[in-house]
Amino acid sequence: MREVVLFFLIVVAGTAGEMCVSRAMKGIGEVHDFSPRSVQSFLLQSLRLPWMWLGIALMSLGFFSLLAILSFQEVSFVVPVSALSYAAGAFGAKAFLGERINRNRWIGIAVVCIGVTIVWWSRK
Amino acid sequence: MTHTRRLQLKTLPLILVSIILGPLGNVFLGKAMKGIGSVTSSRILDLVPIASQVLASGYIWLGVGCLLGFFIVHMLLLTWADYSYVQPATSLSYLSISFLSYLLLGETISPLRWLGVTVICLGVFLVGRTSPSTTGVHNHA
Repeated sequence: MREVVLFFLIVVAGTAGEMCVSRAMKGIGEVHDFSPRSVQSFLLQSLRLPWMWLGIALMSLGFFSLLAILSFQEVSFVVPVSALSYAAGAFGAKAFLGERINRNRWIGIAVVCIGVTIVWWSRK
Repeated sequence: MTHTRRLQLKTLPLILVSIILGPLGNVFLGKAMKGIGSVTSSRILDLVPIASQVLASGYIWLGVGCLLGFFIVHMLLLTWADYSYVQPATSLSYLSISFLSYLLLGETISPLRWLGVTVICLGVFLVGRTSPSTTGVHNHA
């Protein structure tokens, strides 16, 4: 039960946080210049966005849940299983970010999820 | 050079960096947490001494440093590429995390787990053949 709750927090809070960050990034626009000064400006610009802070808060919750589960489970098990967020991420990206996910990408995401399921079966 | 090709040329190197930094960070976190011991309580008072041990661990900070680097690269990618492209594409990190867990933590990876990771990589290949951006974000930073 403890594992299920922690995986739920890792997947749901982590995915929601990443989508908030993605929404913030799309507000900034495409980055063309990777010089340190431009990257610094980009970081400062991103920290002024509320979506960014909401994303950081949710991702922090997911991060601490990850730390807790890593204290008693193998890294090579925990991290692949946390990829359950792929399915949640795809649906969330379509619903909240307006991304168009074509058939091939859905197939790829489905195959990734099958792989995650196989990793779950390898649980010791 | 087409717009899609140009996007792929700058997207792929950054994905490569992220699939090394992210797993390395998780391996360091795993090493630190195994040293601290199993977190069995969810009571705040019980978590305080664990939190202080976490903050004092060098491996935690190494892991956080790697994940911070991964996060910055990830943010840069998301300024032009779809979330639903970046997230599956960086799942190649599951291959590298299996290798790193085996090499640095001595974890035994069963054939079934390797199969699962390989299937994940096949899914990544399929996702990688689609365009990185479908929403037409071309505005400059």
